[in-house]
Amino acid sequence: MPIELERRSEPSRAMMLASPAIAVVLTIAAAAALLAAVGVNPLRGLAVYFIEPLGTSWSLQELAVKASPLVMIAVGLAVCFRANTWNIGAEGQYLAGAMLGGWFALAYHATGAWWVLPGMLLLGALGGVLYALLPAVLRVLFGASEILTSLMLVYVAQFALDYLVRGPWRDPHGFNFPQTVTFEPAATMPLLLSGGRLHVGVLLALLAVAVAVVFLGTTLRGFELRVVGMAPRAGRFAGFDDRRDILLAFAVSGALAGLAGIIEVAGPIGQLLPNLSPGYGFAAIIVAFLGRLNPLGILVAGFVLALSYLGGEQAQIALRVPLDLTIVLQGVLLFCVLACDTLILYRVRLLRLRHRTVPGVP
Amino acid sequence: MAEAAPGGRRRVLEARGIVKRFGDLVANDHIDLAVEEGAIHALLGENGAGKSTLVKVLYGALQPDDGEIFWQGAKVEIASPAVARALGIGMVFQHFSLFDALTVAENVALGLPTREPLRAIAARIREISAAFGLPLDPARYVHDLSVGERQRIEIVRCLLQDPKLIIMDEPTSVLTPQEADQLFETLERLAGEGRAILYITHRLEEVRRLCERATVLRQGRVVAGVSARAETAASLARLMVGSDVKAIERQAARAGAPLLELRRLSLPPDRVLGMALADVSLIVRAGEIVAIAGVAGNGQGELFTALSGERASPAEAVLIDGRPAGQLGITDRRRQGAAFVPEERLGHGAVPRLTLSENVLLSRHGSGGLTRLGFLLRQRAQRLSAEICAAFDVRKSGRDPEAASLSGGNLQKFVVGREILARPRLLVVNQPSWGVDVGAAVTIRQALVDLAAQGAAVLVISQDLDEILEIADRIAVISHGRLSEALPALSLSLERIGLLMGGAHPDRVPEAVDAD
Repeated sequence: MPIELERRSEPSRAMMLASPAIAVVLTIAAAAALLAAVGVNPLRGLAVYFIEPLGTSWSLQELAVKASPLVMIAVGLAVCFRANTWNIGAEGQYLAGAMLGGWFALAYHATGAWWVLPGMLLLGALGGVLYALLPAVLRVLFGASEILTSLMLVYVAQFALDYLVRGPWRDPHGFNFPQTVTFEPAATMPLLLSGGRLHVGVLLALLAVAVAVVFLGTTLRGFELRVVGMAPRAGRFAGFDDRRDILLAFAVSGALAGLAGIIEVAGPIGQLLPNLSPGYGFAAIIVAFLGRLNPLGILVAGFVLALSYLGGEQAQIALRVPLDLTIVLQGVLLFCVLACDTLILYRVRLLRLRHRTVPGVP
Repeated sequence: MAEAAPGGRRRVLEARGIVKRFGDLVANDHIDLAVEEGAIHALLGENGAGKSTLVKVLYGALQPDDGEIFWQGAKVEIASPAVARALGIGMVFQHFSLFDALTVAENVALGLPTREPLRAIAARIREISAAFGLPLDPARYVHDLSVGERQRIEIVRCLLQDPKLIIMDEPTSVLTPQEADQLFETLERLAGEGRAILYITHRLEEVRRLCERATVLRQGRVVAGVSARAETAASLARLMVGSDVKAIERQAARAGAPLLELRRLSLPPDRVLGMALADVSLIVRAGEIVAIAGVAGNGQGELFTALSGERASPAEAVLIDGRPAGQLGITDRRRQGAAFVPEERLGHGAVPRLTLSENVLLSRHGSGGLTRLGFLLRQRAQRLSAEICAAFDVRKSGRDPEAASLSGGNLQKFVVGREILARPRLLVVNQPSWGVDVGAAVTIRQALVDLAAQGAAVLVISQDLDEILEIADRIAVISHGRLSEALPALSLSLERIGLLMGGAHPDRVPEAVDAD
């Protein structure tokens, strides 16, 4: 029975809300199937993945700590994607922010001055902006696909970080481990609660959400980005400069990715290492879409993805399944989100083709 | 049934009770239609009346939800266009599907179901074009051809399948009057051979000139099946619209100071196979409507973007209110008192997925007091949107719906209203009533006339000669990126405009067309 996608006369409001939920349900089903395939009881596996991480105060704090970089990066990506500009390199901007902010920390944390942490955050954001502007400028000047260039720059950033922590910035007393010295308290994020890792960066992520809500919803510039993204010709008709908008969109997303990077370094990690991110910059793309490119939706979606990270760690320990399973599930989630979004604009119809061939027709 | 066969001619195609729904919209509501061999049958209706849907059902591009189709007396299921073609149904679409960078023969070859050597195809094209009076050189590249010639490719392509029924979707909407006359001769010859032609149009004079029978659709239903030649244009219009059509009220213009001046504006094409503007000069004065006629694709779009400032030109080439404006962007031109309505409503003049009040911001954010300190004043935009909807009778569902939810005519009224309520001193409109219903077209044209009467300069770019003759004080014709002198409308005949549209530059017009 053939399936036909029929365009709805207008987008379905119900589906706009339901589609991410359907995607999550489908992903959980896929998770159960995958777990069964690797020989784990699916029910127990799902419990380890999605329920046990919610058990204790410590793990709830951990959830927020993991969600905040995802949310912060995804909010920036949402601004970018809304403008129909495709920054796939948030991971690289995250590392660039971590490196520039980390350099400032290494240079001044011994002073113990109050301005060390604000300086780090500022430079972290700046590092992300500068690194994000590379693909943006290439796009504006030469029409180079920002999808490719921003993605490729991720690897450049990873190798640059690798070089720095193995070379010039290596802790001389660190037994040759590829890592910098541990930051002094002046260069670390203050904790919000004792007995966990919940730090001020979580509040900054919430602030980013709030600012993005205001920016996209109530400012002319936010309106401009949305118009340019939805209908470029209408954007030109409105007198909006699409090249400036590309730069702006990349700058915003780069700033937030860089900020997330330096917060992670100044918060849970406390030093520079070769592996600063478990793929936050890429997972944030999933978060952005799962949150419907809406800052508030992203806040919720960030926790869903953070749960998959926590659950993945638990599953590694409790079920002895590889971390790759978590990454596969994140991919499945993105796939389902994008597929379910089709339902907003289209309805699925099963065609009842009446099989009666016309005489003389092959 | 109303459609009895005069002279006992056979029915080639008969549709009974065709129903096609799109969601809540019933595009075709139990439509009956019978087409006889050797007849040119008009399918008449406003935009949105269901003509295209019906034709797509007959051509197999859509499957009906209900109803039956009989082909030469036998019930058939037309599951796809391939099935339709195999039965003997050919279709010439309004929008051509041709590759500009390929030759005529190559384009035809691409559409054929079987692989055949190009030489054989070229020979068949020559044969058919000779037999039906459709001059066409198979070796020429499509991008060198006029619109009329391109349409001939589509017709020849269709005739290669030797169809018994040819469906033509608004074929004259892209042609000059002379090209249209040629097409009519061809169609009459085809009908004379016993082929049936289903002729879709909203042009009433054509129906009377060409067709024997006319089926009139309104809101998805057949409202009349009439003998076309017994009707008048006015009676057909009444059937189509469902009420009398208001006439435009206007007085002779009193032209004042020049508000828009183009001085030898030349611009290279802005895209591959676009049209360059060459030496375009024009003056539009306060209080008058100047119209630019021309076949689509002769530089109208390029001219519009140069006027609006979406594309920059040399500063002195465009003067607004006497001041050089060529280097100004569209927002600055708006601040000088200009307003613009582009051809494309969805995606250019309005953003489909934004609400009406947000669409107000689109063109008014720079001048209308709709922002403060970079923040949007949404309530003011909503008030303005309501004002526009009231003044232009924009029918909508809900208070502030998405632009995409409005019908074409209502959205066009909204877009035109948005610009007119900005009280511009200069208004440039590209295709003001393209694809809108008659009622909306009258509202829009009347608003343009009134705006000019209040002392604004109005420049209308249009392919619709009837529209131009209805509202323009002076008329210029654009052809191959060149603009003729603007002449008083009263001094120009339809034939004269047509000649300018098609043959202003004899060197670019192939001889075959002139030879007739």
